[in-house]
Amino acid sequence: MIVELAILLPFIMAAVIPFIYRRFKKVHIGWLVLAVPVVLFSILTTYIPRIVNGQTFTKTYEWIPSFNISFTTYLDGLSMIFSLLITGVGSLVILYSIFYLSTKESLHHFYCYLLLFMGAMLGVVFSDHLMVLYAFWELTSVSSFLLIAFWHHRKASRAGARKAMTITVTGGVAMLAGFLTLYTIAGTFSIRELIADVGIIQEHALFIPAMILVLLGAFTKSAQFPFHIWLPDAMEAPTPVSAYLHSATMVKAGIYLVARMSPVFGGHEVWFWAVAGVGIITLFWGSFNAVRQFDLKALLAYSTVSQLGLIMSLFGLGSAAHALGYSQESLLYTQATFAALFHLINHSTFKGALFMMVGIVDHEVGTRDIRRLGGLMALMPFTFSIAVIGSMSMAGLPPFNGFLSKEMFFTATVDILTLNIFSIESFGLLFPVIAWFASVFTFVYSAIIVGRTFFGKLQPERLEKPPHEAPIGMLIPPFILVAVVVGIFFFPNVLGRNILGPAMKSIYPSFPTKELIVDISPWHFNTALLMTIGVIIVGVLLYRSLPKWRAVYQLFSQKYTLNAYYERIIGFSESKSGWFTRLYMNGNLTYYFIYIYVIFVGIVAGYFVLSDAFVWSPAKDSAIEYYEFILLFIMVFAAVALLFTKGRITAVLLNGVLGYSVAFFFVIFRAPDLALTQLVVESVTTALFLLCFKFLPDLTKENISRAVKFSKATISILVGATVTLIGLTVLHYEKFMPISTYFEDSYNLAGGKNIVNTILGDFRAFDTMLEVVVLFIAGLGIYTLIKLKAKKGETDIEN
Amino acid sequence: MESLIVILVGILVAVATYLILSRTVIRVILGTAVLSHAVHLLILTVGGLKKGDVPLLSQSDGPYTDALPQALILTAIVISFAVTAFVLVLAYRMYGTNGTDDFSKLGGSSDE
Repeated sequence: MIVELAILLPFIMAAVIPFIYRRFKKVHIGWLVLAVPVVLFSILTTYIPRIVNGQTFTKTYEWIPSFNISFTTYLDGLSMIFSLLITGVGSLVILYSIFYLSTKESLHHFYCYLLLFMGAMLGVVFSDHLMVLYAFWELTSVSSFLLIAFWHHRKASRAGARKAMTITVTGGVAMLAGFLTLYTIAGTFSIRELIADVGIIQEHALFIPAMILVLLGAFTKSAQFPFHIWLPDAMEAPTPVSAYLHSATMVKAGIYLVARMSPVFGGHEVWFWAVAGVGIITLFWGSFNAVRQFDLKALLAYSTVSQLGLIMSLFGLGSAAHALGYSQESLLYTQATFAALFHLINHSTFKGALFMMVGIVDHEVGTRDIRRLGGLMALMPFTFSIAVIGSMSMAGLPPFNGFLSKEMFFTATVDILTLNIFSIESFGLLFPVIAWFASVFTFVYSAIIVGRTFFGKLQPERLEKPPHEAPIGMLIPPFILVAVVVGIFFFPNVLGRNILGPAMKSIYPSFPTKELIVDISPWHFNTALLMTIGVIIVGVLLYRSLPKWRAVYQLFSQKYTLNAYYERIIGFSESKSGWFTRLYMNGNLTYYFIYIYVIFVGIVAGYFVLSDAFVWSPAKDSAIEYYEFILLFIMVFAAVALLFTKGRITAVLLNGVLGYSVAFFFVIFRAPDLALTQLVVESVTTALFLLCFKFLPDLTKENISRAVKFSKATISILVGATVTLIGLTVLHYEKFMPISTYFEDSYNLAGGKNIVNTILGDFRAFDTMLEVVVLFIAGLGIYTLIKLKAKKGETDIEN
Repeated sequence: MESLIVILVGILVAVATYLILSRTVIRVILGTAVLSHAVHLLILTVGGLKKGDVPLLSQSDGPYTDALPQALILTAIVISFAVTAFVLVLAYRMYGTNGTDDFSKLGGSSDE
């Protein structure tokens, strides 16, 4: 019950916010929104003891049973970690945003999108059904798009939003294809059933394609190399959004998917190398590029990319245990997964604090450019201490939680060398080596954050505002986070036993939980510690000599960066599709009609001729009277004359002649109701035409060439001929009995003696009601067209 | 009789098509009006002509003409009237805004 509530509550609140927003003139509406994650977080924590005891909570609602789609929620150890992050970090971020965003911003939009995201993200981690998971997954992309473009008057925001959307949704579609492939293999969308059927799935020929497709979804979402390019551009979002979506939660959806699916795919060599390989490359590339950034948020973005790579690679390394099955040796490799989950939490804490710190600096000083910052230590002491703790944790230094998980990461990369499958003996050494180099760069950029912002010389003339400490409300959330950073270092096993252990059980269902829990010891001496000492020494040297080797980054030509390729692909497809669209959508109505008619003749007449369907049996026709001949002749004459007439009054009168003749035909053909309606409507239409002529110019001779006239005539004759031939063919079509005999009992069924009227008023009353709706809409349209004038558009949009 | 009506419908459709393909807005609207006449006749004809009495229970004991096409056409007449009225006002607005009744001179706006 509580799990569905957790998904629903943010959505309900998101729907309510726009309506009650106006009542919150004086009070910041964020206080109301804050209640949602706080309540959810507190309720979820009460479930922890039961989750630790191995209980799981599941509930199913049938949604589209015919397509085998049900809304199944599932709460276990793994979804617990993520839901605690979503609600916990969510509470702090919303508290922070109350002080970060002034009431002048369009807050109802902001919190509406933020709550949408929160609900969607909880939906992703609580869904057991792959299709439902996919729907929530894409909803997180959409809400992220809306939040990045929150300041949509800025061009960079719009571009960043589009880039994020394009890349993550492309991956999402690939993931959908992967899910469908899994469905064809196993015949189920339920993740738990897939895990149970893992034997069949791994034997199947489509196993590898399904795996690659699912991984594409995870890698694009979690900004893994080479799809990471959207994350730095997403930093155009307001800082609370960056802290929440683009470092703590949404970008970890891909990691969640990898963790969730590893019982299905893990244990295969391709999975091991794809996840661990891509992860470790991302780790290095992200940290290497973070060092070159001047914008603090861009630096943090690359650092997030790098840290996500670290977590990803740990999941890859941990999947080796799936290949070996349960044994005392394979337990060694499960420790990588344990480290991954541990770092997942640690990263959210210290990176969240750092983002908030950068937001404070930006807010109070007006810039995030490290070339303009410096010497803020004395002026902003609290912010400074947050920065120091966050950065040291990120660099992997004691006494902070980042140190512990970084040590476990080093240990995992060294331990993997003992593995004797997956051709580890040839490439395995790359893991500790790349990990070590990446950590050196991590140390360097962590030092840059603190050193370039808070030490050095203050340059007040280059700052937008005189620097001063932030309000207490903005300091509390990051202080809570850094308190957690320190707390985890001293009591890591509380976290390990209660949160990480149950999640390990979800990833390794066949292993006994007790043995999966690693005893984390803050004080240790091993290879990893030696590696860390090396990192510190080399890192300090590199930081000191940064101006000397910064030129390394100039070696990469701007033309060949991934971003340049992305821009080129987007630019190319935009210009080509624009060219193609302009080719036929030229703005001239006549052309659009020609397309319709040519396609009509081509397909309908073409198929008609090909299938040789023409039948004509004039013998079955009814007799013809002389007055009918006269009427026919009048109509043909009026129609042809309509083509050649020059005066508009004549034209309208000729149309009237046609209409009244049709009414006569209705009389002859035993349709008195039609005749009456037609007479009235024709009269009103003619009057309307004449009324409009007051405002319209007279008909002019159309200056068009003979060739154009000829082609128009050809199209017209072809269309007319097509209609005639088909009409003649269906005239005496008698395969089905008419259904009208049913309506002839109208007096008993509907109490009316006029059959046509009973059809309209009783048998098909809904059709008639909708017809009235059409009339109403037409009336509205007419009123609007006459009354309303276009407003002068406000043009504060940057282009 | 039926065949002749269908041929008449064909002629009307051809005329309507030619009018719709012209540049002047009034001709196009007239074309749509003619087209709806043609279609109404076609529906009635395909339903069968002169096969029975007027579909009024009080007037005869049957057999009756098929009443369903008549009901359909009645709806269609009303809707085509609504559309014609709307399009006429659209033409009025188009002339007022753009100063022309010639479609070939309209080509979308550049800031799309």
